[in-house]
Amino acid sequence: MLAALVIVFREVLEAGLIVGVVLAASRGVAGRSAAVSLGVLAGIIGSIIVATFAARISEAFDGRGQELFIAAILLFAVVMLAWHVVWMAEHAREMTQQLRKLGSDVGAGTQSLFALGAAVAITVMREGSEVVLFMTGIVIQGKDTAGELFVGSIGGLLLGGAVSLGLYFGLASIPLKRMFSVTGVLVTLLAAGLAASAIQQLSNAGVLNVLDTSLWDTSWLLSETSWPGRILHVLIGYMDRPTGMQLIAYAATAAAIFGLAYTRRAPAGATARPSASLSA
Amino acid sequence: MSLYSIGRSTALLRTSPALVFAAALALAGAYHFVATAEASDEMVVEITIKDHKFEPSALKLPTAKPIKLSVKNLDASAEEFESKDLGFEKVIAGNSGATIRLKPLEAGTYIFYGEYHEDTAKGHIVAE
Repeated sequence: MLAALVIVFREVLEAGLIVGVVLAASRGVAGRSAAVSLGVLAGIIGSIIVATFAARISEAFDGRGQELFIAAILLFAVVMLAWHVVWMAEHAREMTQQLRKLGSDVGAGTQSLFALGAAVAITVMREGSEVVLFMTGIVIQGKDTAGELFVGSIGGLLLGGAVSLGLYFGLASIPLKRMFSVTGVLVTLLAAGLAASAIQQLSNAGVLNVLDTSLWDTSWLLSETSWPGRILHVLIGYMDRPTGMQLIAYAATAAAIFGLAYTRRAPAGATARPSASLSA
Repeated sequence: MSLYSIGRSTALLRTSPALVFAAALALAGAYHFVATAEASDEMVVEITIKDHKFEPSALKLPTAKPIKLSVKNLDASAEEFESKDLGFEKVIAGNSGATIRLKPLEAGTYIFYGEYHEDTAKGHIVAE
């Protein structure tokens, strides 16, 4: 039972941490709860579909299907998160003012809400499909321990959700003045980590064969399979054995998002602009 | 997510520099896909999973040669075939198979395991 709990907890936590950070990063955006809820719902439905076709996805492209599929998902998530960070940077000042003075939310365009929901959906779908496969496995096996394993899995689901909520409230308690910078940096590094993971998938698929040996190994110091290692891997993209290409992808993604957010951020002293006029 | 909003967002994406980066990566990937598509001298190694155990669980493989692991999961339940040492993790649905491509190995021992049944699904590769 404990083993099932740990396995499900691990998968849920990976998605949950991302959702928690993204949710905190979009505080003050009207309609974000609906976008995130819809994203989670779409992600769960997507999980079931992906799990159903898991074998066929895996066999596609001469056995490279799963890697290419995950890489595409990850890169899509990176673009959505980048978009979101840049949008938030453009509106952070306005958002802080509104939250502080009026306690009201800033109206966001459908497009930025779409980016938010899509990032959540795709993240939930990726980890969720593994949870679905694991849990259906328990049912299919039909052993006498199935009930116990199922309870463990549900426990893992709830625990993963609880820790993610904890992270969200932790981030949300940061004073407003700092919060958007903290969450902006966090989402940026998170996205950079996803880009590096996409590179690993492409490398595993054998479609990217340059700079693909690991440059160093810090697993003795902090293993990616340990709990702190796992959490840091999700939040800031920690890698214990990064390859050259992964580091390049990480740095390039982080630099691109920081650069875009910096150049497009609202200038000091600017008054709130009509927020619906999103230009990107 | 309606088709309408997807359409609108793709229009927006066209102007998004972030997408340029993603597209560049995809192109690079496609290029290498073509570059490596020619039949290489991959060595094919088969591993089966049954009752949450690997058969064989100990493999001796040559170094400096690309290897293609063909894993058949004969159990009804899914398994996550994973190796931190070799840098892959792959979910294999019940009663199906999966392919894992390994870059040429350096001499050494590499542990692999099934994450969903870690107490029984264990194995290793010795490259020499």
